[in-house]
Amino acid sequence: MPKSSVSIDMTPMVDMAFLLVTFFILTTQFRPDEPVQVVTPSSTSVSNPPEHGKIIVTIADDGRLFFDLDNQVFRKSLIEKMGDSYNIAFSVDEVNAFATGSSIGIPMGGMKNYLDMSPEERKKVEQPGIPVDTTQNLSNELGVWLVNARIAGNNPVILIKGDSKSNYPAVKNVFKTLADRKVTKFGLITADEAAPIETIK
Amino acid sequence: MAELESGGGPKGKKRGGVRAKKMSTRIDMTPMVDLGFLLVTFFILTTTMSKPKAMQVVMPDKDVKDSTQMSKIRESEAMTILLGSNDRIFYYYGQTQPTVEVTYFNKVRKIIKDKNEEVLALQKANGWQSNGNYNGVYIGIKPTDESKYENLVNMLDEMKITGIRSYAILDPSSEEIEMLPK
Repeated sequence: MPKSSVSIDMTPMVDMAFLLVTFFILTTQFRPDEPVQVVTPSSTSVSNPPEHGKIIVTIADDGRLFFDLDNQVFRKSLIEKMGDSYNIAFSVDEVNAFATGSSIGIPMGGMKNYLDMSPEERKKVEQPGIPVDTTQNLSNELGVWLVNARIAGNNPVILIKGDSKSNYPAVKNVFKTLADRKVTKFGLITADEAAPIETIK
Repeated sequence: MAELESGGGPKGKKRGGVRAKKMSTRIDMTPMVDLGFLLVTFFILTTTMSKPKAMQVVMPDKDVKDSTQMSKIRESEAMTILLGSNDRIFYYYGQTQPTVEVTYFNKVRKIIKDKNEEVLALQKANGWQSNGNYNGVYIGIKPTDESKYENLVNMLDEMKITGIRSYAILDPSSEEIEMLPK
């Protein structure tokens, strides 16, 4: 009897494996480095936030606020406008450092210092959050961020990403700031109700 | 025949010899498969399939001061929900001399539904229409400073589940906060 070969034809398996690799490469989106981890509450809402053109105000569980606008071009224009509002001149390097970053929770007073750091140093910084008091002037930095981002970002959608356990006063301050800037429509980011609690890093 | 073949000359034989040396087209694909599945595993583990959802919220415009623009709500159509500490919900109907009752998130859905049906029946019986619709109960959601963000989102979700058409997020008055049991 002839001894049967031990090698099997692996071509179909390889085909399938690389099909899966291709699928996952194309569908995956790497999460940007976020300064805080937020566990969003769940809801039965089904509407998807847009992929691009959005402002995200993150509320951490300790009440700190972080501001994010997507798209690097918009972010460049945003930081320049913020510089104009607070009379801070940002260098080209600083503008680029801001444009490639993500959510930010640094008061404008410390912004220049923060942007001058190396990317590694920036990751280590414990960000104090954006100052918000519900007045109309420049000390409500969240309000100034909002106004400038709406101009810079070509009328973006405004989304609030709050942690389930954050206290309501922090949320109320954000709502009030939005109302003061005539924003009455916005979205609350939630996880799927059916899915287990999802941690968005 | 055999003679003919062998008579084909030494040239043919020589070629045959070369052919025998030709390598097999089969290559060992094991390392490639290993790498392929390593990548598959990596992408499966890093990918997030469920995208976050957004809940649309419309806040009342606080600049509307002209009372003629505000729609009048009858007392029997109104319900106020206060979100308290420790995931408690306080609610009362109407406006004058309210009795505040306490409930929890696992029971509030039935309370809202029942009230909505009661108000709808009342509206249909009396022909109380607003812009040609029977709106059902008008709910004011008032989160106190002790409540969590999660409570608000869950309550807004209840509005959606129970199909409440008119509700608003409002600030509780100082009288209302005093009414609440500690």
